[in-house]
Amino acid sequence: MLELYIVLILMIIGAIIAVETKSILSSIVALGKVGLGLTIAFLILKAPDLAIVQLVVEILTLIILIRATLGRDVKYTKENQNWGVKFLSIILIIIFLIFSYNVLQSLPEFGNPILKVADYYIENGMKETGAANLVTSVILDFRAFDTLGEATVLFTAILGALAVLRKNGIKDKDTKENKGVQGD
Amino acid sequence: MINNRDSQGMSVIVKTITRLTIGLILLYGVYILLHGHITPGGGFAGGVIIALSFIHIMLAFGKNVALEKLNQTWSKIFESTGALLFITIAFLGFFGGVFFNNFLDKGEHFELFSAGTILLSNIAIFLKVGAGLFLLFVALVLFKIGGRK
Repeated sequence: MLELYIVLILMIIGAIIAVETKSILSSIVALGKVGLGLTIAFLILKAPDLAIVQLVVEILTLIILIRATLGRDVKYTKENQNWGVKFLSIILIIIFLIFSYNVLQSLPEFGNPILKVADYYIENGMKETGAANLVTSVILDFRAFDTLGEATVLFTAILGALAVLRKNGIKDKDTKENKGVQGD
Repeated sequence: MINNRDSQGMSVIVKTITRLTIGLILLYGVYILLHGHITPGGGFAGGVIIALSFIHIMLAFGKNVALEKLNQTWSKIFESTGALLFITIAFLGFFGGVFFNNFLDKGEHFELFSAGTILLSNIAIFLKVGAGLFLLFVALVLFKIGGRK
């Protein structure tokens, strides 16, 4: 368990760097480090399915983010926080930490869940579905309805993005109002 | 093969390395996809890896070469086909009695063609996710903010 805590501490440091750094490119690189740490944490917790998905989605997100920020002068805005706001947020964080510590104390021990629903899948999953990979047998057989909902969400999101970013149909007038959005 | 007539894209080193690695990435995506019910992986991860191989072509060779391999119309067709295939598999479950029933023969454990509809569902999800993410990347790259010429 020690290596998991090391990875988690590195992820927290990366997240702080991503928030605090001046350059937007180094902020994205630090964000990628957080995602890579999450991949290693999944591997330590013995979830290779999640680790593969997390790794490839992280790479895709990083490519899109770098592509979106490189060559575009994104302004870094420096906020002028006064001391009262900082003091208040520190107090709120301390209260949140006290409450969450008490909640985490009452959680069951790691690896011993209270819910016993999963026992049925572990015992009968391979027999009933014929799939050796238990995760796939759960997401595509026992819980396929959830996967249908997830697929619908992804389909709708891509449809919405393509409708907003489309080239056809956007009016290409030379007036100053319509200069904002324009296809290549 | 990918020919190098365009001067678009990155340097010669990147293009050469891309020619060597692109087939391996595509093959690994197909492996992850088809063995989703035996080893870790599945339709989502395989789809993202195959979409990443096309994005790799686009980053190294420019958008024209990548859109020759897989243009936007075919991506839209693939994505819609994936979604329709998945819901069709769900409705075909009524042959066994309920929605999403695994009505096909389960087969031998640890074989490639086993586990009934799970392999077909994986392929449907791969079509949807791969084509959709490639389409999203194309839309985000081709989209430019006007006024900076």
